[in-house]
Parts: sequence; structure tokens; C-alpha cells
Amino acid sequence: MSNPHHLRYSKEHEWLSAAEDGVSTVGITEFAANALGDVVYAQLPDVGSTVAAGETCGELESTKSVSDLYSPVTGEITEINEDVVNDPSLVNSAPFEGGWLFKVRVTEEPADLLSADEYTAQNAG
Amino acid sequence: MGRNDLARHAFALGDDRPMSSTEIRRTALDALHRSLGATMTDFAGWDMPLRYGSERDEHVAVRTKAGLFDLSHMGEITVTGPQAAALLNFALVGNIASVGVGRARYTMICQADGGILDDLIVYRLAETEYMVVANASNAQVVLDALTERAAGFDAEVRDDRDAYALIAVQGPESPGILKSVTDADLDGLKYYAGLPGTVAGVPALIARTGYTGEDGFELFVKPEHAVELWQALTEAGEGVGLVPCGLSCRDTLRLEAGMPLYGHELTTSLTPFDAGLGRVVKFEKEGDFVGREALAAAAAKAQENPPRVLVGLIAEGRRVPRSGYTVVAGGEVIGEVTSGAPSPTLGKPIAMAYVDAAHAAPGTEGVGVDIRGSHEPYEVVALPFYKRQK
Repeated sequence: MSNPHHLRYSKEHEWLSAAEDGVSTVGITEFAANALGDVVYAQLPDVGSTVAAGETCGELESTKSVSDLYSPVTGEITEINEDVVNDPSLVNSAPFEGGWLFKVRVTEEPADLLSADEYTAQNAG
Repeated sequence: MGRNDLARHAFALGDDRPMSSTEIRRTALDALHRSLGATMTDFAGWDMPLRYGSERDEHVAVRTKAGLFDLSHMGEITVTGPQAAALLNFALVGNIASVGVGRARYTMICQADGGILDDLIVYRLAETEYMVVANASNAQVVLDALTERAAGFDAEVRDDRDAYALIAVQGPESPGILKSVTDADLDGLKYYAGLPGTVAGVPALIARTGYTGEDGFELFVKPEHAVELWQALTEAGEGVGLVPCGLSCRDTLRLEAGMPLYGHELTTSLTPFDAGLGRVVKFEKEGDFVGREALAAAAAKAQENPPRVLVGLIAEGRRVPRSGYTVVAGGEVIGEVTSGAPSPTLGKPIAMAYVDAAHAAPGTEGVGVDIRGSHEPYEVVALPFYKRQK
């Protein structure tokens, strides 16, 4: 699997798109989706709520487990992916595209976001 | 997502108590699983396929077409000798002496206090030869108990865990697939029967058993024949939708079929009567057996003062109950979830749970599961969740 170079990554396996008008898109990586197995339920943050970098903002349930969802950045949620709420398997089939989770108006970015190469190296280690 | 979540996930399958040995065991099909891109998991000390692709797709394939499983982690123990039947009647709770040659029986081995050590399938291979199949996590415990209980019997207990690989083909297409690679009389092979034969050119014990709720077969072969057999079955099933299946879908298949899993629905602190499986205990058989006295008391108690009852729960919402979550009603704890998963067949989360008898009737109102602090509503149903159309 390859991690797109136009995205940045958190150590916790979220990806973050470059901001457009201050808004970035967030999802989980293919590595994470594969590790989880079939995602069956996504609890996403409410639109308008504030999320903080590195803090829990939702959860993803798969066949065998439930995992906390962390936000890679601090900001306000502007949109959630209703398609994923209705069909959580999108997280598995298109983690970097149709399986995105939420959009956030970024107010603060942590300094330790990873490049695609750095993130790939982390998972290899 | 967190690193710990992923780590936890990798080990979140079934009975994963640590083994005394730290060395991980690999089956004869290990390289093949890796070449198929399987996600592997540590299961009872074995490195086993968790899934090859989507576990939901694998589950659906077994319900509608067919699936191929490596179950070589299961523990085979051979019992032979003039008193093999007498030994097993003493050591196990079932009437093993009454099992006909070529037939199999689901049974249990209990402690003297009635607690369940393991659930087993016993195959009678010959008049004086049986094969006992134990769960991987309990194989050593069962072997030790049988060996100890064999004292004074003219019978030999043999550890055959390394003598067999076990490949299962399960699902409605499985008889057709198997027929294309064997001349054995499969039509004459009933559910819970086993016969020696040749499959794809290799000698096999062909058993019509499984843990999926579907028709299917389990094939015990020598480890050196496992790859050849797996490949032959893969080719034979190519046109009818056979897919390799991992332990993840095996767990959801057995859960839908209401089948207990040791370490979840069955433990040493429960008797077969507590688990609603008192029918496996045969008091009428000849002679004494380990646990008889305690089990007779457990049977009487179950009549007068029913213990918690194993029930099915179906979610009204989409959050999934997990093993160990509490079952609640009117703000009180009334039980505990033993297994839970999203059900591919029902399209909803399901669970098995032990609940107080007062809340165990199907349709009981107001029952919920505490899912990480919020009480989600659940419907109480009788098990199983799924029964195949015959």
C-alpha cells in the first residue's frame, strides 16, 4: 500500500489534507483500515464542535474491536462524511478518498505531523 | 486511532490466554497463508490467519457458497486400547461408549467440581480407537487430564497434535466441491460422522462437522499433505465461489449459529447446566465419571433455582457489544456479554450473554447493554440467531 504524498499523517494513523480556505479533510490511513478489518460503525464528531489535536473525537467499530478516533489537529468541525456514517465500509474500500471522515477548520497544528515517507517508515519499524 | 488500539485489535480474538511456551507455533499451511496476503493473529500460541481480505465477505461466502479454513491449531488426542471406551466414559461427561464406529459426538470434559475444562468432539475411528479434538487453548489441559484419568484403565492416551493438519470446507457448496476430489461416499456421511478416505490423492479422515452453522466437512490429514489438499480444494472450488477464510469470520459464523466458544460462554467456573448444555451430561451411562456428584447437584439446582441463562441479544442501534460488557435493566446489572459482534447475516450487532432468569425470556422489555457508559437498547431472543434451511 502507498501513502499519498500530498497528505500529512499523525503517528496515530490519521491523514490530513492540505488546507483549502483554512479547512482540512481528515481520515484514517489504509494501514489503519487494514489493521482494523471491516469497519461497521463510525461515530464522528458533531458539526460545529471543537476538536483538539491528539484527543479523542469519535470511535470506529470493526468486527473484532472498537478504536478511538483522534483528531490530528485542533479546530472546529465543519462537515462530517455522511456517506461513511451510512456505509462505514467506505473506510476500508477508499480510506484516502471516499472514506474520509470529517473536515476541520484548523486553528492549530501540532509540530509532529509526518510526511508520507516518515509515516511509511514508522509503520515499517 | 491509536497505536494501542491496533495492538489491542490484533489480539482481540477469542480465547487468547497466553501459552506457557513463548514460542509461536505455525501450521503446515503458514507459507501459503502469507502468499495469499493473510492478516495473521496470535491465537492460543498459534500464528493463524485472521482474515485474507474482508472478514464480512468471507462470512457471507460461507453462508452462501463455501469457505476454506486452516484449523490445524485444534488439538488431536488419540485414545486406544481395550478400555478406551471405558476410559472416555469415566473422563468425559458424555456416553462415549455408545458412539458407533464412524460417528462423532459433541461432549465436554469437566473438573470434579463440575466446572467445564473444555468442550470436545470425539470421533470413534474403530472399536478400540477414538480421536478427541480439543480447543487449541485447552489441548494441553485436556491431554493432562485424560492422561491422569487413564490410570488403572487398559488404554493409551497419545498426543497427536503434531500428527494432523486440519482443513475445513464449509458452506452450501462444500459437498459438491468435496465430491469432485474424492470417491468417498459423502451422501452416506451424516452430520457428526467421520470416515477414512482419500481426498485429492491424500489419505484423510473425512468428518461432516463444523463450527459455522452450515453444512461442511473437516479433513484431518498428515501435515505434509496439507498444502496439496488445500490447493486441490481451492481449484475444485474456483468455479463456485470458494474463498479462503480466517478465524475472524469463523467467530462471527459460530456466534450467529449460537455455538459456544471456550473462554467466553464456557469456563471452569460454569457447569454444562449453567451454560444451558446440561443435555451433554449422561447420568444414565454405566459407571462413575469425573464430576458426577457435582453435576447431579448442578442439575437439581438448575431445576429449582435457575442460574443465569445464556440468551441472544440483538441491538436496536449500531454500536457493538463486546465480551465483558454488562447487561442492564432498570438501572441494575442483570448479566454479562460473553461474545458480541456485528452480524453480517442480520445486519445488526448481536451478542450472547448470561442474564438473570427473570430477564431471560425472549421479548423481555427494557434490557440494554452498557456500551462504554451509555445504555443501548437490546432485544432478548432465543438462540441461535441463524439456522440454515435444510
